[in-house]
Amino acid sequence: MTGIARLLMSGLLTWSAVAIPALAQETTQAMLDAAAKEGKVVWYSSVDVKVAEAIAQAFKAAYPKIDVDVERSGSERVFQRINQEHQSGIRNVDVVNSSDASHFLFWKQQKWLAAHTPPDVKRYAPQFKDPDGYYADWRATLSVMGYNTNLVAEKDAPKSYADLLDPRWKGKLVKSHPGYSGTSLTGTYAIVKVLGWDYLAKLAKQDVQQLQSTTATPKSIASGERAVMVDGNEYNMFIEIDRKSPVKIIYPTEGTPFVTSPTAIFADAPHPNAARVFQNFLYTVKAQQLVVDMGGARSLHPDVKEPANRTPLSKIKLLPDDPAAMLPLVGEIKKRYTELFGN
Amino acid sequence: MPFSLAIVLVLLVLVLLPMVWLAVTSLRSDSGGPTLGNYRQLVGDASFLRPLFTTLWTSAAVGTVCLLFAAPMGWLVSRSDLPGKRALRLLILASFATPPFLGAFAWVLLGGPNAGLINQWYYALFGLKPFEASPLINIFSAGGMVFVMALYTFPYVFTFIANGLDVIPGELEEASSILGAPAWRTALDVTFPLVLPALLAGFLVAFLQAMTLFGPPAILALPARIDTMTTKIWSLFQFPPQLGLAAAASVPLLVVAIALLRTQTLLMGRRGYSIIGGKSGAITQHPLGAWKVPALALFAVVLGCSILLPYGVLLRTAFVRNWSAPAGLANLTLDNWRFVFIEFSQTRLALLNTFALGVTAATAGTVLATVIGYLCIRRLVWGHSVLGFLATAPVAIPGIVLAVGLFLAYTHPPLMLYGTLAIIFLAYVTKEMPVGYQQIRAALTAVHPELEDASRIFGATRLRALRDVTAPLIRNGVIATWILIFLGSIRELSATILLFTARTKTISVTMFDLRESNDWGPIAVLSITMLLITFAMIALVTRFTQRRII
Repeated sequence: MTGIARLLMSGLLTWSAVAIPALAQETTQAMLDAAAKEGKVVWYSSVDVKVAEAIAQAFKAAYPKIDVDVERSGSERVFQRINQEHQSGIRNVDVVNSSDASHFLFWKQQKWLAAHTPPDVKRYAPQFKDPDGYYADWRATLSVMGYNTNLVAEKDAPKSYADLLDPRWKGKLVKSHPGYSGTSLTGTYAIVKVLGWDYLAKLAKQDVQQLQSTTATPKSIASGERAVMVDGNEYNMFIEIDRKSPVKIIYPTEGTPFVTSPTAIFADAPHPNAARVFQNFLYTVKAQQLVVDMGGARSLHPDVKEPANRTPLSKIKLLPDDPAAMLPLVGEIKKRYTELFGN
Repeated sequence: MPFSLAIVLVLLVLVLLPMVWLAVTSLRSDSGGPTLGNYRQLVGDASFLRPLFTTLWTSAAVGTVCLLFAAPMGWLVSRSDLPGKRALRLLILASFATPPFLGAFAWVLLGGPNAGLINQWYYALFGLKPFEASPLINIFSAGGMVFVMALYTFPYVFTFIANGLDVIPGELEEASSILGAPAWRTALDVTFPLVLPALLAGFLVAFLQAMTLFGPPAILALPARIDTMTTKIWSLFQFPPQLGLAAAASVPLLVVAIALLRTQTLLMGRRGYSIIGGKSGAITQHPLGAWKVPALALFAVVLGCSILLPYGVLLRTAFVRNWSAPAGLANLTLDNWRFVFIEFSQTRLALLNTFALGVTAATAGTVLATVIGYLCIRRLVWGHSVLGFLATAPVAIPGIVLAVGLFLAYTHPPLMLYGTLAIIFLAYVTKEMPVGYQQIRAALTAVHPELEDASRIFGATRLRALRDVTAPLIRNGVIATWILIFLGSIRELSATILLFTARTKTISVTMFDLRESNDWGPIAVLSITMLLITFAMIALVTRFTQRRII
């Protein structure tokens, strides 16, 4: 850990000295003019690339003078890239979205974030936003199980994590990787808390196909490459179901990991005004409704309506996330997981 | 003299500096003191030994498979009356030009054990069910990885063998048959020993290629939880990078590469003795008779697997919504193209970066290779052999190892190049230097110095002679060099994967990012785009030079 600490310290020294003048919270004409001059906003996000680009298109339709550069990768990869860039003195990212909420605690501790509360966020419940206004939950999803209905009959489908240890699922499972995906990491933390590492050690013997992203596993079972998904985004499953792909969601009986996915602005964002216009846009009813309808996500905005065919959160047994408790364990979770499942 | 020193200096910076950083870092602990700890962890830890072992045996397997297939193919093209040789050579060139990671993408779609199209056909044909019966092909395995790597490595071996056979005088074989030896006896006792060095050299080159690839293992072996050295080094680079370990883990690759190339030089060096005398007569073309059928079948299988099926599946995937479903009318779509070229904000940046890197690396590389080639061939400067050695040395540096060295050399003041295209540019120029140098050398060797001498006798300065006599004569060679470096650059993945940042992404790493989220439609569109660019450039080379690349 000394190496990590040293790297982070050097990043801290070069990066915390930047002072940003206080900018307005709501989108003003002056902010818009300045943003138009900046010309674009750079958004690092872990949301599925097609959802991300749809949001970017909607933003461009609303603000034609501001372009959006989407840099999509898994949350953990996004985190690594941002830290690597900071350490190397590269300023590129304006706004970040990650499904590993502990990242925001870390960045806030490092004083890398800019405090900014979009107007809509004022109406969010307190548990879905940072008390100091550095970030708020842009979207949430569940890390669900799922299966291909052509390959598995409904009556045979697994109902719980424990069911997956049955020998008949050997060679049929697909799983994403907590070293890449924040949703998978948050889910792994929750599963370990309920079932212990012992469970994952047994699961590792089931000849699991190891993919990276929780956006990839739903696509894998939709294509029929694997029959049952150990973890994947509920929102990608909704997208697949809307596309009439032969898949069904399983909410495991032990509980389903609930994964919040905040966004924040960086204090040294190269396009600070465009960043604020964009951040404000992300939390509007319009953008939130789009993320829910087209993107399959769960919104924490009080005015957003969920499509009728989705199981309401109130009917699902949830395993809530706990970023503060998870943060110190992240390194160990990734290490132990990789020892069991490979890279 | 100062000029040649400057060139030596440039090469030293390009080649030696990253390697020195690599060596130093591998011997340094986190706190900066000297240590052997990194190496101790390397030899003591199964998580390093297993990938090393995997890399070694899979590379050997690739070399063997390549020999088994490419050796008969080379003999058939060089020594038999096989029909359609020109077309076959062209298709082998297409395999050579296909980036192996593209082939790996395509083979996921073809050979995925359950949804892969070939397995779907197989299940349908025999009335089997996926998961119940075992698949015809499981591409997510070490074997699958060897198969795909061999598909795009065999052209190296083929070239060695076909070209080797081309220069072996046919008289030796004729003599044998005149003395009454049957064809098989001639092949075994005369042709085989003569071509043996080329066979072994082909094996070593295939081994080296396979060992340095990053795409196929990352795409095909990681899902099966198998690591190779390249994926292992890449995983050590996840933030916070474990630089000491990554540097130490690079050393075995470097050592094996150097050993392979030394052996190859020894083998190829020995070949010279067998070819006595001047240009030989026409090579006997053995009539194949009924053997034509199996001979053509061999080509059909290999080229079908390396070209026809992969290109077909990429084309299909680019135009459908769901790649694993039947390609009926309801499944057809242009969405993937719209997404890639209109919505996807990475496309423009990645295309621009890729082109900028390709053009600058090709230009700088060609200039450098031409200057070095000229100085070396004409032995104009003191130390020309050092120049030649340095220009060829990067052959022995696997891309990912070079990237580790460059990362170490250029992530701190005074030369803070990480995060700029410059560091990737350096990687490409260095990596392609041997190719450029070989090309220019070949072009210059063909121009006898007498021509320049004549011009100088008539009073021209050396520069004038160079401009008016030599330059026009090697023009085609220079253009071919430029295009080869350009092609090598736009498909590069194994070094770029460690050096890119969000602003400096290329097409290849963009596709790799898309793979991690299984977005096959956009991957297929980008693959086709890349292949079109590649083949347009190859058409240009052949137009400019009328030269066989393979």
